[in-house]
Amino acid sequence: MSALTLYALTGSAAIGIGFYGLIAARHLLRRIVAFNLIGSGLFLFFGATGARGGAADPVPQALIITGIVVALSASALAVGLLVAHARVAGRVVLPEEEDGG
Amino acid sequence: MTWAFDAALCALILGVAFATVLGRGVFRSIVFFIVYGLLMAVAWVRLDAVDVALAEAAIGAGLTGVLFLTTFGRLARNVSDDAAPGRFHLPAALACGGLTGALAWAWFAMPAPVRREWELPPAGVENPVTAVLLNFRAWDTLLESIVLLAALIGLWMMARDGDWGDRLGLPQHVRPGGVMAGFGRLLPPVGFLVGVYLVYVGADQPGGAFQGGTVLAAVGLVAALAGLVRPPRIAAHRWRVALVAGPSVFLVAGLAGAVLGAGFLTLPEPVAGTAIFVIEVGLAISIAVTLVFLVLGPPEGERRE
Repeated sequence: MSALTLYALTGSAAIGIGFYGLIAARHLLRRIVAFNLIGSGLFLFFGATGARGGAADPVPQALIITGIVVALSASALAVGLLVAHARVAGRVVLPEEEDGG
Repeated sequence: MTWAFDAALCALILGVAFATVLGRGVFRSIVFFIVYGLLMAVAWVRLDAVDVALAEAAIGAGLTGVLFLTTFGRLARNVSDDAAPGRFHLPAALACGGLTGALAWAWFAMPAPVRREWELPPAGVENPVTAVLLNFRAWDTLLESIVLLAALIGLWMMARDGDWGDRLGLPQHVRPGGVMAGFGRLLPPVGFLVGVYLVYVGADQPGGAFQGGTVLAAVGLVAALAGLVRPPRIAAHRWRVALVAGPSVFLVAGLAGAVLGAGFLTLPEPVAGTAIFVIEVGLAISIAVTLVFLVLGPPEGERRE
């Protein structure tokens, strides 16, 4: 198994783990963290795919750098919504999940 | 030997990812996420993508980690933390396992890539990633710098009316002589030097506006969190100029390309090197300021409560 395959499989596993966290976690901050795991796993999968052609291809790398920055700004926005929600509702879980769960 | 290193690194990444999702406590989950980001940066070095590794370490692990940690502190003040990591969710686990399996299948099913030798056309810079970011795919980068602005505007819209005009974020209280106060004095000079260097060498070596700008943003954040500088007021005009400097310089350069006949956002080769450097400096300033403001968050008028 080549190193590229190893990293691609790690990326796909990270995507799966992130999705599980997104679904199973109740605390909204944990969900945002899990969402970042998905993104980061996707970048790794994409980067490994882009490196298959032999020489390191700069186009996927540039797209991934763009993606990392956009992911941070999306996370900052999500966190802002979460803080606003917690301020209004006094809870950090979604209303439909408040009853014990 | 290198194979053993790769295998160990991947195992560590997956173990830390599991700990992030399944561990008890939100704080622990965030700390594991930061470790995960740093390990991911090492993986990018192994994939020969040093530019991405710098971005992942600075943004993915560093700034995102600070963002989550400050949010955790902010939430802990008025919300009781429920540490329980949700019950085990069998259907979700099966579905996510299936997703991972499908992606793995896709990797093996993809047709073998055509190996070809190619060279980038002259772009005015030596670093191919910078050439793609600021010349060949300049559209993406321009729109990305605008996405950053849009996210900041969205975040500021969540400020309460009574807080508008205050200083950004929460007021910081730092214990004199504590760790934060010490780091706040030690790190910024070194970080500033590293950030400026990364922007400067970005044309020819790994680095550039995004990586350098992020390091500069980290310097600003450390100084603000250590209470050494007070964050600006949300309506300060000078800082708004800094926010739009990068996209404006980029747009002007793009229009100049159109006027010179090369086409919008196409930099003609003789001046491309200089133009890219100017754009990078402008972008780095805007990225640094925008990221600091994004992580600090809108004003939260503490003292009124």
